[in-house]
Amino acid sequence: MVDITPADGIPPAEVAEVELYHPHSWWTKYVFSQDAKVIAVQYSATATAIGLVALVLSWLMRLQLGFPGTFDFITPEAYYQFITMHGMIMVIYLLTALFLGGFGNYLIPLMVGARDMVFPYVNMLSYWIYLLAVLVLVSSFFAPGGPTGAGWTLYPPQAIMSGTPGGQDWGIILMLSSLILFIIGFTMGGLNYVVTVLQGRTRGMTMMRLPLTVWGIFTATVMALLAFPALFVASVMMLLDRVLGTSFFMPAISEMGEQLPHNGGSPILFQHLFWFFGHPEVYIVALPAFGIVSDLISTHARKNIFGYRMMVWAIVGIGALSFVVWAHHMYVSGMHPYFGFFFATTTLIIAIPTAIKVYNWVLTLWRGDIHLTIPMLFALAFIVTFVNGGLTGLFLGNVVVDVPLSDTMFVVAHFHMVMGVAPILVVFGAIYHWYPKVTGRMLNETLGRFHFWVTFLGAYLIFFPMHYLGLMGVPRRYAELTDMTIMTESAHHLNSFISVMAFIVGFAQMVFLFNLIWSVRHGREAGGNPWRATTLEWQTPQTPPAHGNFGKDLPIVYRWAYDYSVPGAKEDFIPQNMPGSFGPSREPA
Amino acid sequence: MSVILVFLLVIAGFAGWWLSHQGLMTKPWLEQGLAGDLVGLDRSALPTAKIGLGVFLAVVGCLFALFTSAYFMRMAVPDWQPLPLPRLLWLNTGVLVLSSVALQCTSVAARRGQIDTVRLGLATAGLTAFAFLVGQFMAWRQLTADGYFLASNPANSFFYLITGMHGLHVLGGLVGLGRTTTSAWTGTRPERLRLGVELCAMYWHFLLFVWLAIFALLAGWAATFIDICRQLLT
Repeated sequence: MVDITPADGIPPAEVAEVELYHPHSWWTKYVFSQDAKVIAVQYSATATAIGLVALVLSWLMRLQLGFPGTFDFITPEAYYQFITMHGMIMVIYLLTALFLGGFGNYLIPLMVGARDMVFPYVNMLSYWIYLLAVLVLVSSFFAPGGPTGAGWTLYPPQAIMSGTPGGQDWGIILMLSSLILFIIGFTMGGLNYVVTVLQGRTRGMTMMRLPLTVWGIFTATVMALLAFPALFVASVMMLLDRVLGTSFFMPAISEMGEQLPHNGGSPILFQHLFWFFGHPEVYIVALPAFGIVSDLISTHARKNIFGYRMMVWAIVGIGALSFVVWAHHMYVSGMHPYFGFFFATTTLIIAIPTAIKVYNWVLTLWRGDIHLTIPMLFALAFIVTFVNGGLTGLFLGNVVVDVPLSDTMFVVAHFHMVMGVAPILVVFGAIYHWYPKVTGRMLNETLGRFHFWVTFLGAYLIFFPMHYLGLMGVPRRYAELTDMTIMTESAHHLNSFISVMAFIVGFAQMVFLFNLIWSVRHGREAGGNPWRATTLEWQTPQTPPAHGNFGKDLPIVYRWAYDYSVPGAKEDFIPQNMPGSFGPSREPA
Repeated sequence: MSVILVFLLVIAGFAGWWLSHQGLMTKPWLEQGLAGDLVGLDRSALPTAKIGLGVFLAVVGCLFALFTSAYFMRMAVPDWQPLPLPRLLWLNTGVLVLSSVALQCTSVAARRGQIDTVRLGLATAGLTAFAFLVGQFMAWRQLTADGYFLASNPANSFFYLITGMHGLHVLGGLVGLGRTTTSAWTGTRPERLRLGVELCAMYWHFLLFVWLAIFALLAGWAATFIDICRQLLT
């Protein structure tokens, strides 16, 4: 299968040119823009802004948990509202939007060698509907009764009853409407990401030559397109229960001695729908992180990714498996033991492709020329954090261990490690890595290293003690823990310590934000390819890439994305669009 | 949740078939250059818009499969009282079939370049689809007049919810059809018009299929069918 065709004789015109939308004014260039790169920045900025709200909410929660009774304005109702909004924002409006809307929009067209997304107008709509969803969400803070306090899982019947904050006010209605809008907007964007990968690839860019970042985002988007409808269905049905008095999820129930009009509905049905979305959602966040981290490690260790094919298969395998594990979130809701057995088995099977990926990352590092740049530091931190979080997943995936642990801080620690801290570390690494392409300047190195060490060590100091608290039996979801026998004095001290650390880590994020803004003007000039990377986004004629990405002719791809340190080559990297054949390893297989 | 799992199995089968054509067994680290096997692995020859619509229809299919799953799960609770379906729905089904047939003829005419037939076909399809929506609304009115309100029984709730969701999709399709129809009169390039017509036809056939499926579901035949299957299996 060796193919050493001299490529010089092949004309580059075989990729059909697309009709590119050309902006005519400042408004259509920077605000109502159809350029995927601008949309990506808009998505990222909006997601970051709403993420800051979620960060502040987590501070408020930690104030209450670390120093109970000190702050009068944090009532139990307010605490539940903070929890709910923090969770919902972080999972959906920050991580999903940032990975798919932000990185997806920026990287897919550039990495596959396209001028733009295939449906730019729909792409623009996607962002504006997302913004609308965020605004609806934020508006619930100012609605009478405040935002919903139902927990991010929004379980009925409590979610729409008067005992829950926002249950009989505007809170839950705005939350559900915002989710419905988000899903509509996401579907528009998601169609673009998928079809651009299918149809936008430039000449020579086969699926098996795609960088793993694109594979990760592509698979995650396919999963999201199939999983988000479940949340859509659940939201619409709950909205009808709340507004029009139907009984999809609401059983016969009385409230304050009064019989509610509902009858016979099934709360378990909601849980099935919710988690049918909710579990794939974990991997919708994780798969782009897996992909990005593979590219960061390969680039900064100057070595080809180990087991590229296995990495692709593992991504696809994880994507498929994640649709048949949802009920492991419902062990405590009660189920037939055989179902529990089935879901525990499928859950543990996911560990196999995931472990393959971890081994491959480690083997890529093995004897690599590791540059401890900031993206690399974050990538390494991701690997250890993901392994840590994944190991506690083995505990919780087993029914008998999950049942006693399910309502404790152990679960909080587990999911924050595995789908909070780990993907966020990748987000940071990716920002340090691609910021030079987006702005043309490097982020400040000293601030970056400060940001990394405080975030990485701080996150461990926050979440490691939580495992311990959970094993002691400290429950989650409680606004007030003072009078419990479980809460020994040392447990209280630990809680205060966690809170202090949460403030320090949060402060480090402010430094990061400052760095982001300051470096736009004052950062060191980056040049076109500061990391000496092979993928197409670094080969653009201009930095930042102009509208249309690649000058007059689209690049032609002659090799995979990981030709680092090829023996016999002049440099230690060979861009994907460089013709010719290198290296002694290219004998017929 | 078995309906949605079966649906996803079909999607997975399709995805697997597609992946098997992408050279997943190749060794990209050994292959440099352009020619040879790699040429067949580039993008599909189908128009991009059609692939986009195909992906979108998979999402819509997923949505209705989930509604169906929820329907079956909620149906198992004893308070379920099936509602008598208005006869009007049969007429509506006929009208929607007519609409789909009209678009199929239009699509054939567009391929042959007969612009007058295309215009006639598009107008017929638009009017019949609109008539379908009016008919669905009349069916709703009949049901409420007979006392079958949205909240009085879960069977009613599901009826209004699912037919409403389907109606919204038809309404969205009418927007697309409207744009294609306008372009048939203002004179766009023939290949562009043809693509537009084909996309509309594809969407219409899909919505007809969804309608037949949910009609069977709401009428209770789907449940009977599944019961028979279950008995055969056990």
